[in-house]
Amino acid sequence: MKPRIVPLGDSSVLIQLGDEIDLTINQHVHALANLIITSPINGVVEVVPAYATLLVHYDSLILSFTQIKDHLRAQISQMEEIESRKPRRIEVPVRYGGEMGPDLEFVASHCGLRVEDVIRIHSEKIYTVYMMGFTPGYPYMGKLDDVLIMQRLETPRTRVPAGTVAIAGSQTGIYSIESPGGWRLIGWTSLKLFEPESESPFLFSPGDEVKFIVEK
Amino acid sequence: MSLEVMEVSGLATIQDSGRTGWRRFGVPSSGPMDAFAFRAANALAGNTPNKAVIEIGLSDITFRALHDCVIAVAGVGYALSIYIWDFPLWSSYYVRAGWTIRLNKLDSCMWAYLAISGGVQTQPMLGSRSTYLRGHFGGRDGRQLQVDDVLKSGNPSRSLNELAARTLPAEALPAYSDNPTVDVIMGPQEKYFINESIATFMSQEYTVSNTSDRMGYRLDGAALRHRGKAELISEGITMGAIQIPSNGQPIVMMADCPTTGGYPKIGTVASADLPLFAQCVPNKSKIRFRETTVAKAQNKYRALMDGLDKIVESD
Repeated sequence: MKPRIVPLGDSSVLIQLGDEIDLTINQHVHALANLIITSPINGVVEVVPAYATLLVHYDSLILSFTQIKDHLRAQISQMEEIESRKPRRIEVPVRYGGEMGPDLEFVASHCGLRVEDVIRIHSEKIYTVYMMGFTPGYPYMGKLDDVLIMQRLETPRTRVPAGTVAIAGSQTGIYSIESPGGWRLIGWTSLKLFEPESESPFLFSPGDEVKFIVEK
Repeated sequence: MSLEVMEVSGLATIQDSGRTGWRRFGVPSSGPMDAFAFRAANALAGNTPNKAVIEIGLSDITFRALHDCVIAVAGVGYALSIYIWDFPLWSSYYVRAGWTIRLNKLDSCMWAYLAISGGVQTQPMLGSRSTYLRGHFGGRDGRQLQVDDVLKSGNPSRSLNELAARTLPAEALPAYSDNPTVDVIMGPQEKYFINESIATFMSQEYTVSNTSDRMGYRLDGAALRHRGKAELISEGITMGAIQIPSNGQPIVMMADCPTTGGYPKIGTVASADLPLFAQCVPNKSKIRFRETTVAKAQNKYRALMDGLDKIVESD
C-alpha cells in the first residue's frame, strides 16, 4: 500500500502504511519513526508508531498542514533507501502459572494442550514490540502462535498487578502498572516496565524484540 | 513565594503545557483542559507559556498567600475573591502575605487556571509538571491538591508591581458559551459511518455525559451507525479526537486521553474550539458540531493565540 498522509485534527497527521497487523508493515513503521525522530525539524512535537500507522503531533503555530505534509513526504521517499536497524533484543524472565498466572491452566485446556506445551510455545518465539500504549510502558507484542489465540475475558479484571504476562488474540503483553485488564494472565516477571523517576523510565521501546525465558 | 491550600472541594491539579516526547511509550500528554485560559493565566502573570499553574474544576478552592505575590486567574464558571474584595477573572493581582484567594464555582462552565508569577515549582516527571491522575505521577505527588498543600513558585520575570493589574480584554477571548457550536475537522475514518449518521452528527444537539473526566467527554445524543465493524487496529489519537465505539455514542478524547485507540474517529475538534468544548457542563450545555477544514482551523487557532498579545495594564 502506498503511504497516505491524512490529517487527524489541525495539529496531528496520520501516516498510513497499511491496514493490518503484519510484521513487515510494522518494521516499516518503526524505520520511518526513527527517521523522523533522528532528523527533527522545528514544529514536529513527537511521533507515535502503532501497528500500521504513525501519528505525528506538530505545533500548528509553527507548521501548516501543507508544510508538515511536504516534510513527511520527503522523509517517506528516503525510507526506501534506509535499511531497517537491527532491533534490540530484551530477555524477560517469566514465572508461568501459579497465583500470578491464574489463567494458564484454563488456556491450556481451552487450547487442548498440556500446561508445559503452552509454556514452551509461548516462550519459544521471538516477539516484536509492535507498539506501546494502554498504560505507560505497556508493550503490544506479536505474533502469538495460532494455537494460543484466545478471546479477551468478557468482564475485565479490575486489578491486574504490574509485571503480569498476558495473551489476547494474536498478541501477548505485560501489564506495566497495576491496572484493570481483560487479557488472559499466564505468568509474571519481576522486571520493572515503567519507573518514572529512573533515567531510563521504560524497559521496552517500540520495535524491540522480546524473548521470554522460563523461570522455574 | 508560596500559596497554601486552605479548603478544597473541587478537582484541583498542577498542569503545565503537557508532557511531550513520551507518547510513543504510552504516556499521555496531560496538560490543561482549556489551553487558551491556561496560556492566558501564564501570560497575565508574566510567565513563559509552559509554566505550571493550578487547574481548578468542578467545585471551590481557597488558598492563603504565605508571601507577597502576583497571581492571575483565567477561565470561565468561577467567581474570584481576594481578601475582602470580589474581582473579575482574566486579570493579574498583587496579593499580600496572609490574604486569602477564593474561587467559587458558578452554574456555568467548568475550568479555571490560577497562575502565580514565577510558575508553580514541583518535581518534574518525564520532563513535565503536569499531573497524570491515573498514572499517579506528576504535579503534587501524582494526585489532586489537598488541604495543607503548600505550592512554591519560581522567580517572577519582573517586579511584582509591574506584573500586577494586567487584563486580557473580553474581545480576545474565544466565544465561550453555555451552548457552543464547535468546529470539527472530519476524518480520518468518516467512511466507517453511514451517510445519514454523518448528517445526524452535524445537525443534532449533543450533551456531555456526567461520566466524563479529564480523559474523555462522553456525549449523549443521537447514536451514530457504523457501516461495518466498529473497530480498527489501534492507532495514535490526540485530544479532541471523536471516537465512536460500537454503541454509537461519541467519546471525545481530552487532556489525559490514552495515546492510542481502536475505535473509528468521525473527526477531531478544532484546537481553537477545544476550550469552548472543554468548558461544557455535563447534562446541561447543548453542543452542535460544524465542519471546517484544517487550513481554516489553523488560521482560527493562530488568531486566537495572537489575541494574548492584547493584554493591557489596568488601573
